[in-house]
Amino acid sequence: MKIVTLISLLLFPALYAESQTAEELVKQVKAKLDLVNDYEASGTIKTNVVFIKAPVAKVKVYYKKPNKIRINNESGISFIPKGSVNINLSNLFMNNGNYDLIDGGKDATTGYRIVKLLPKEENSEIALSVLYIDEKTALIRKARTTTRENGTYELDMTYGKYASYGLADKVIFSFSTKDYKLPKGVTFDYDDGSKNEQETARMKNKTGRVEIVYSSYKINAGVPDSVFKE
Amino acid sequence: MWKLLQIELFKIFKRPRTYIAFGAVAAIVFLFQAGMKFDGKSYLDLILNSVSDSFEVSDDFKGRILNGYFICFAILNILLIQMPLLVALIAGDSIAGEANMGTLRLSLSRPVSRTEYMLVKFTASVIYTVILLIWLALIALFGSMIIFGTNTLVVFRAGTIEMMEAGDVMWRYFAAFGYAAVALTTVAALAFLLSVFAENSIGPIIATMSIVIVLTILSEMNIPLYDKTIKPYLFTSHMVAWKGFFYVKADPEGTTIRGSIHNLPAILKSMGILVAYIMLFVGSAVWVFRKKIF
Amino acid sequence: MDTIIRVTGLVKQFSDVRAVDNLSFTVPKGQVYGFLGQNGAGKSTTIRMLLTLITPDEGDIEIFGMNLRRHRREILRQTGAVIERPDMYKYLTALENLRLFATMSGMKASEQKLMEQLDQVGLASRAHSKVKTYSQGMKQRLGIATALVHDPGLIILDEPINGLDPQGIAEIRNLILSLSRDRGKTIFISSHLLSEMELIADSMLIIDKGKKLVEGRVRELFDPAETLVMVKTTDDERACKLLSQSSLHASVKEAGPAGISITIHRDEIPLLVNKLVELGVGVLSLESKHSLENYFLSLTGGQSYVEAAAN
Repeated sequence: MKIVTLISLLLFPALYAESQTAEELVKQVKAKLDLVNDYEASGTIKTNVVFIKAPVAKVKVYYKKPNKIRINNESGISFIPKGSVNINLSNLFMNNGNYDLIDGGKDATTGYRIVKLLPKEENSEIALSVLYIDEKTALIRKARTTTRENGTYELDMTYGKYASYGLADKVIFSFSTKDYKLPKGVTFDYDDGSKNEQETARMKNKTGRVEIVYSSYKINAGVPDSVFKE
Repeated sequence: MWKLLQIELFKIFKRPRTYIAFGAVAAIVFLFQAGMKFDGKSYLDLILNSVSDSFEVSDDFKGRILNGYFICFAILNILLIQMPLLVALIAGDSIAGEANMGTLRLSLSRPVSRTEYMLVKFTASVIYTVILLIWLALIALFGSMIIFGTNTLVVFRAGTIEMMEAGDVMWRYFAAFGYAAVALTTVAALAFLLSVFAENSIGPIIATMSIVIVLTILSEMNIPLYDKTIKPYLFTSHMVAWKGFFYVKADPEGTTIRGSIHNLPAILKSMGILVAYIMLFVGSAVWVFRKKIF
Repeated sequence: MDTIIRVTGLVKQFSDVRAVDNLSFTVPKGQVYGFLGQNGAGKSTTIRMLLTLITPDEGDIEIFGMNLRRHRREILRQTGAVIERPDMYKYLTALENLRLFATMSGMKASEQKLMEQLDQVGLASRAHSKVKTYSQGMKQRLGIATALVHDPGLIILDEPINGLDPQGIAEIRNLILSLSRDRGKTIFISSHLLSEMELIADSMLIIDKGKKLVEGRVRELFDPAETLVMVKTTDDERACKLLSQSSLHASVKEAGPAGISITIHRDEIPLLVNKLVELGVGVLSLESKHSLENYFLSLTGGQSYVEAAAN
């Protein structure tokens, strides 16, 4: 029997994984995330929004259980998109079981397990979260969240040294942006005659991206509450 | 020549009128700084309104935007439109004032050539303009840096938000102040030219102000017919090109390229046009003055 | 070099007005040279041409033996001028004004030198006051000080006593005389007041409508033998008869209701009065005028010179 299991594990890993229920998988993911009580992470933030030209900035991201998170720009100013608090994945499970899990099967291209979270609460800000979980490592690779007010945003995670804590080395936060247009009276504009077609075409792209690359985490070393105050 | 210039500067800085401009600049800057210190966040709300749907706009964030660099940029936006009036106050008086006091004939009967006299007079007006700008830089830039600190400069344009990190800002200010000096010198040159025709200084000062105001309104008007026909030739359209130093280039991912200028050729072209106007105004002034009967 | 200014065939036309018409004159060294003419006669235009403020249409100007057009700088370096009534830089002190003009003339003057200059025009005690606190006369004297500050050989003054009160006029007059007598300066001074010029000028040029009328030494122009006397007597007819028979060198020019005008040597005027009284003719009034003055008065539209001085 053991041998059969072993062979089946070797030959049909997917089949084996499939055997795990969505609940079990989420539990496993959460267990990993729960290892982290707090962290202080250093990294860089890069904003890619059509109407923003921003320098790459150094950031410190602080997290503390259950849901405190703060992104501090150490070197300047960054436009932080709304909903980006969810770059901390455990925030996705905030409602702590107060959601319905729907098993979405496997993603055809990546093979990641698709799990949908539907909050039970009617007036929850989040309407739906779709997680793409790597079953082998129990890590969320991608999460798409649809909110009631702030559109849909997507998280893409790349893991490295801190994978055992479920903490990503790189997070790409994609979100839909609204039109940016300031009336002339308010702006600091002058017409240098350089408006070209290409520029306006680029402007039509309404998806913004914020990329955070973490260089280090200090995990469970304690983060004072004062950090999270405005 | 140097001696004559010293005399002119001595005359300019000995008269109370000169300090009106310095006082006015200080007053405007101070009022703006005080307003920003106590109610800057409301001012920003107006601008940030259109991004607050997509981005976190916390008080801390607003506080960071309201740094010395930003304050200075906002001040320059307001002030550099008004500064020509202050420059006209001195340049318009340059020749007409002497005619009015009866000292012009006395001066011209000294062993000084008319061309030399005019160039010295104009140079003195330019130096005054530059000193006024240095004063502005001291209080609006360095003053704001002390009061509000420094941080990334965020420039809100009609369609884009230009951000440059703190270390990438100072040189832009030097360039902008340099450009502003050229822009204001254009106004000084105009006032100087008009000053040649008048026997009292009120006329050229008011005439300069009127011309600058009318042309600025024309430059700001969004009428397509004027956009291609008149506007490119008005010096007032080019006086605001200093802002171009605060528009950056970005890589395809939208990251600001440090040390870049979005459209340097446009700035240089504008500057060239201003320099051409200066030469035209000063050249005409000298020509008329040489022909003139005193 | 005995001639400081030599002007030959000077012409200046302003649209349809010929302001200066073929004017020639010479100003000898060390003299006070009076330049007379009524207002609008072309005095200011001529002076401005001498100072290169206006370019002549025709003619030559030589100053210090040099052509003015070619040697403008050298000439102006040795020339001091006050044109019209300069207000000076009102926001500066007298000393500052003076230093400024000294520098403009290419001279580096010490404070002591400048104070001496102010002292000479009687302004030393007010050297540090702003010029806006000065009276018109003080400004005029300061103007002269600025003309003297670089120690020029030639001083050109355009109507320097215009608008001054009698005391101010006397001060300027004394200053001009001392500059000429004590310091040997050549002074070219314009005025429309013959009486004033008579008091200070060595030579004189009278112009009208841009043209020269008379030029010469005052001593000669004001020949005492040519004094014109206007007499009103109790019996003008008898007086005329008696005078024609008398031994006096007097000739009756005209007899009318205003009286008799007689040309006589100035020294004989008392004798004339005695004679008339002796012969039983009462003298009601007697006014003596030089014939040049009469002539000049006719040019200035018959103004008496008391009126002219008041202008």
